[in-house]
Amino acid sequence: MRGIISAAGYVPFRRLERADIAKTFGSGGGKGTRSVASYDEDTTTLGVEAARLARRSTPDGTEIGALWFSTANPAYLDKNNASAIHAALRLDAAVGAADFGGALRSGVSALRTALDGNGCIMTVSSDMRGGLPTSADESQGGDGAAAIVVGSDANGPVIAEYLGAASATEEFIERWRAPGSDRSRAWEERFGEVKYAPLAEQAWNGALKAAELSPDQVDRLIVTGMHARAVRGIAGRLGASKAATAEDLAATVGNTGTAHAALLLTNALETSEAGQVIALVVLADGVTVLLFRTTDAIAAYRPTRSVATQVANGGALAYGKFLSWRGQVTLEPPRRPEPDRISASVSGRSEEWKYAFVGSRDHESGELHLPPARVSRVGDAVDSMDPAPMSEIEGTIALFTVDRIAFSLSPPITFAVVDFDGGGRHPVELTDVDVDALQIGDRVEMTFRKLFTADDIHNYFWKARPVRS
Amino acid sequence: MASHGIKDQVAIVGMGCTPFGEHWNKGTDDLLIDAAEETFASAGIDKDAVDAYWLGTAMSGMSGMALARPLQLHHKPVTHVENFCATASEAIRNAAYAVASGAYDTAMAIGVEKVKDSGYQGLVGAAKTPTDGTGRTLTAAAMFAMCAPGYGKKYGVDEEQMREVLARIAWKNHYNGARNSRAQFKKEVSMETITNAPLMAGGLGVYDCSGVADGSAAAIIVRAEDAHEYTDKPIYIKALALVAGNCSGNADPAYDYTTFPEIAATGRDAYAQAGVTNPREQLAMAEVHDCFTPAELLIYEDLQFAERGTAWKEVLNGTFDLKGDMPVNPDGGLKSFGHPVGASGLRMMFEAWLQLRHEAPEERTIGNDRPLALTHNLGGYPGEMVSFVSILGRELG
Repeated sequence: MRGIISAAGYVPFRRLERADIAKTFGSGGGKGTRSVASYDEDTTTLGVEAARLARRSTPDGTEIGALWFSTANPAYLDKNNASAIHAALRLDAAVGAADFGGALRSGVSALRTALDGNGCIMTVSSDMRGGLPTSADESQGGDGAAAIVVGSDANGPVIAEYLGAASATEEFIERWRAPGSDRSRAWEERFGEVKYAPLAEQAWNGALKAAELSPDQVDRLIVTGMHARAVRGIAGRLGASKAATAEDLAATVGNTGTAHAALLLTNALETSEAGQVIALVVLADGVTVLLFRTTDAIAAYRPTRSVATQVANGGALAYGKFLSWRGQVTLEPPRRPEPDRISASVSGRSEEWKYAFVGSRDHESGELHLPPARVSRVGDAVDSMDPAPMSEIEGTIALFTVDRIAFSLSPPITFAVVDFDGGGRHPVELTDVDVDALQIGDRVEMTFRKLFTADDIHNYFWKARPVRS
Repeated sequence: MASHGIKDQVAIVGMGCTPFGEHWNKGTDDLLIDAAEETFASAGIDKDAVDAYWLGTAMSGMSGMALARPLQLHHKPVTHVENFCATASEAIRNAAYAVASGAYDTAMAIGVEKVKDSGYQGLVGAAKTPTDGTGRTLTAAAMFAMCAPGYGKKYGVDEEQMREVLARIAWKNHYNGARNSRAQFKKEVSMETITNAPLMAGGLGVYDCSGVADGSAAAIIVRAEDAHEYTDKPIYIKALALVAGNCSGNADPAYDYTTFPEIAATGRDAYAQAGVTNPREQLAMAEVHDCFTPAELLIYEDLQFAERGTAWKEVLNGTFDLKGDMPVNPDGGLKSFGHPVGASGLRMMFEAWLQLRHEAPEERTIGNDRPLALTHNLGGYPGEMVSFVSILGRELG
């Protein structure tokens, strides 16, 4: 049996009230909220967070054989973004890492390719959606990521069996964006609606036939795509029961583009019982349909942090901050020098520390060293250290401070001295935090972030954020 | 293995110190020339009579030529030293040891920093060492800000009391600086103004932070037995102690930000070198590194001016005031002078030079006549710092 072994979504902490857009500009916006990636997140770091959660939900014996990353909003071109996720997960060098980049369709395409292929593959999809102020893309878009570990029985218990798939492809100009542009463009709505309808029918019928299912056997129906009107129309015409319609997270998260299919699939898996048929219909330059049936193993499956939990734990973000984080407005920076670009060779030497937050532990004194050291602080042993992976260890704030003058992409910087469970201390920058609510003794967890970008090089490292679930 | 020190082996026989401030019309070279000329005149010698030079600067020049060129030194050995904000102290430490060793008869230590040309707020480090980008980006203000809640928590000083204590330290230093023509800020500042100042980092407001200034200061060192050839009032070096921390504080869960172990260690070493057994009773005054007000509070205890957990009360009692029992920063400190990194250590010694020689102006004269003074200079942050302590005296023995 081949299918899904584990899945996790990542919804960034911040939420924008859509009504704030109209309050500011007199137009745009709408009801509900959308998720917003922090100023220190990009699609790669969102992907890392989803991948970490998925791995924590994956059985210990399951070995990831490849990592595939999809986004329509890559942090780098030319350079492989999956490699940073690979490094953050501390995967073996022999584990492949590849980008399925560019198109909104790449997310579901990578997932289908993994399902149709061999071995244990983690597919990570990630996106940050936006547009010009007051646009529908700005208000209805969302930021997020999802990671789905695909494999067979040999790799671990399969929680959702892959029943079959079909797709229908056609070239038409419906939604497009030039590289580097901060806005997508779309043709008038009716055209796309007309084009998608027959393609959906074709893929839907093809997938049901491959799986030997009829529409009324579908327990959970997910229809998603950036063309909201086509999605609504098609969902009602596929013949599944109305009760089967799955949550689309539109009211809380917004549409996370490349990531949304996997995010909704994850959310459905987290709320399904054994034996349920889940249909995933994705509209993106054609239509792709995937069919799954949850297995008995799903009863024992425990997601590390469910999508619903993350949706419920959002923090408000002022619209002005949103605009500045997205580069739509530029705020006065502190009068401090901007950081220099990082060194490729130094970063290369410290890959384990920088990307995977691996310290070292003196196996004579047991003392933890962050960053890793060759000479022990206690006992003075030389080259007597073992690697100490710390990215998944939580800690407690011993002291914290707010720096109103240091350079930051979004001042002020909040810094805390963190005592890690099981020993070890490190001063780290805090993120996703409301300073007024912060207290000594608060619990924090590590999170992979982008500290700054200089010379087009992103400086990725770890910060800490409050534990919220 | 021991730190023997060079008590009474060498003496300072001349000193100079430029005004500290925003010298928009003076460059590094001008400041060096001004400080050097004042110092030569103070010792009654010229540049050729100095056998070797030590130049301290952290970010305003590289190599000994940064001094040899502006002063036009002729075939003289010039050593450039850097040790963070303790750079000037490092310069005089090396110059003093060179004279004590017998290698030279006369040496000059000179420190300089031209900070105000960067165009940024605060100090901007000059080091451009390539990195992996994982280093802390906090300002020193934010790091030192953590000491206030750390101390308050440990000794039961609530936020309001702590605010008053820190403001009182700033108030005292500005009171002293208002009586010093060389200071950058020569005005008294009210407790109310200090308390209500805009926040910079943590609970620290503008007046909890030292200013940023340009400046230069210098000293001439000779063997103690030769000192009276230059002046009737030489100042003898009793102790020079230095520690470069191993940066373990921020990684040590036991560290609580209520002490600077590097400073306590330099204090113990300096007192042993000088034979000081009771600093509070034996020292006339101290110049300490008040880069941020919580630093000065902790330094009182690390240098044994007050028992652990009591310095905050002594601050409120006025112990460290100009006419108090143990005057600290009678010249106004970094608070009034700003902090040209490579010059501050020698600026501190300049105040000791004036006070021990009874040359401080009447309105800034300390209220006791003990023969010893201490200077303390640090570079770095809580948990990872360079610390320097000197003890100077006007009498041998």
